[in-house]
Amino acid sequence: MSSGDIAESGRPRPRKVVITGIAGRLGRIVARRLHHELDWQIIGLDRRPMPGRPKDIEHHEVDLRSKKARDVFRIGEVDALIHLGVMHDPRARPAEIYSWNITGTTKLLEYCQAYRVPKVVLLSSANVYGPRPDNPQFLTEDAPLLAAQRFPQMRDLVEIDHLVSTFLWRAQNVETVILRPVHIVGPVHNAPSNYLRIERPPILLGFDPMVQLVHYQDTADAIVAALAPGRRGIYNIVGPGEVPLSAVLKELGREPVQIPHPVARPILSLAFRLGISSFPVAELDFIRYVCMVDGRRAAAELGFRPRFGLRETIHAIDEPA
Amino acid sequence: MGLLDRLHQLRRAVPEDDIAGRTEALVVRGNEFGFDEFGLSRESFRGAAHVARWLYRHYFRASAFGIEHIPASGRVLFVANHSGQLPFDGLVIGAACFLEPPKPRLVRSMVEYFVPTVPFASYLLARWGQIIGTPENCRRLLAADEAVLVFPEGARGISKNFSKRYQLAEFGKGFMRLALEMRAPIVPIAVIGAEEQAPAINLKPLARLLGSPSFPVVPYPPFVPLVPLPVKYRLYFGEPIKLTGDPDDDDEVLDEKAKIVKHRIQSMIQLGLREREHVFW
Repeated sequence: MSSGDIAESGRPRPRKVVITGIAGRLGRIVARRLHHELDWQIIGLDRRPMPGRPKDIEHHEVDLRSKKARDVFRIGEVDALIHLGVMHDPRARPAEIYSWNITGTTKLLEYCQAYRVPKVVLLSSANVYGPRPDNPQFLTEDAPLLAAQRFPQMRDLVEIDHLVSTFLWRAQNVETVILRPVHIVGPVHNAPSNYLRIERPPILLGFDPMVQLVHYQDTADAIVAALAPGRRGIYNIVGPGEVPLSAVLKELGREPVQIPHPVARPILSLAFRLGISSFPVAELDFIRYVCMVDGRRAAAELGFRPRFGLRETIHAIDEPA
Repeated sequence: MGLLDRLHQLRRAVPEDDIAGRTEALVVRGNEFGFDEFGLSRESFRGAAHVARWLYRHYFRASAFGIEHIPASGRVLFVANHSGQLPFDGLVIGAACFLEPPKPRLVRSMVEYFVPTVPFASYLLARWGQIIGTPENCRRLLAADEAVLVFPEGARGISKNFSKRYQLAEFGKGFMRLALEMRAPIVPIAVIGAEEQAPAINLKPLARLLGSPSFPVVPYPPFVPLVPLPVKYRLYFGEPIKLTGDPDDDDEVLDEKAKIVKHRIQSMIQLGLREREHVFW
């Protein structure tokens, strides 16, 4: 069985982890951490190439739905899967993304059960709860995932989260961990970081919700914490605190453009279609309503504490990739 | 005595309040940016406190009785009657707790779920310490030993017709569940005066048509209550009520307990109405 740490030679066999979406910025950061600092053996699964990777990192440029992806699990005593490969491209065809995300995740979970992978970590997002006017200030892990109700683009992530939650309860022999971090900030490509990089970001006139941010390195810490044996469950991952959106933009020296909310949708969707703005209209409610989470469970059970303060976290956006 | 004399006399009687000092004395669990987890900022609060003070001292010339029942610290649930079409009763209670006791107390009122959809109100109320009225928010603040204000009558209370003034509408049970669960004492508050600030009838069919919670009309221009009449507010803070029991009890049991609070407020209202000589002074 793959969980035996001592190989026949008596020397400890390096633990082996499969990382999907490894070619992304966060994927690389997590891979680097596990490889250099914790001596894990890394296998990357991504449809994108991974230029400049260290020679001892194995990388497979494959579709998660393909037979080759299955082979990765079949051949080698994999100790853990870190699923970061949730595709979210506002300009790609929704049907293709949907199939990639949902079928891909279903397949991965199948492989993990078939080839006895003892640990599965999914990087979901606190956004799955959805920004809503009647949200409590801090949502706990058992709050319903309502994001898909208003944002078709969030549907994939919500469904993946549900798929893996079901797997968590069904596959009792697998330690499944779902992490729902708040907005990850850093030299990464995700909606919040892309938004914070805009020089003149749109904001809604008369709205200034409180937001939570987490440093990308702290997110990597949370993933590492989730890999520890014995940890299973669903965890919100929160950063160093809560601030109004306007304070974040001010700290970064941005000059926001105030748009009255009744006309924001048509204006921004036109700008998006024309390629002037990269702000996805579906995400407007994230700059209107509160979608914050309670991170006490992760603190108590995973021992997760953010290392970076509020200012450091906000300025992580300035770090070179 | 002429009206002008009366005004002069009132002005002399109004105490000066040290807004800056009192704001500084508030317990705010702020971060390095000066915001607490609900979005309260001391700086924004100070600005709003000046306006609230003017309304409290000069416009409504409020008097508060039973100030000694406002606990200086520790969790507490303030429960009050809700009236007057416009939520100035919340403001006046907040101002009283900030201005009257020796040590100012920050009151977090639970506001309606639609408030976050209204531009400016959405974030300004949060900057001044007000919270969306979810049970989770209330629980969290009580756990942090803060003071939370609830109006168990909710919209039924604030939008009731003038003919029903000073008759309490049905109390919800949520506040009682929270008080029992969090073992928080309840301080009942009777608000006298708010009912006359906008003597309105509520056009329910029109409200339904517009999809708004209520559509009050008043018999003077501009016929919708935008500005409250300068009535005199009288607040009666009652002795803290400490109830114990299972928060998950049957509704009937909780209802009985909620009635204890309701009756206390109703009798304080009757007392206040008996003591009142005039609506406007």
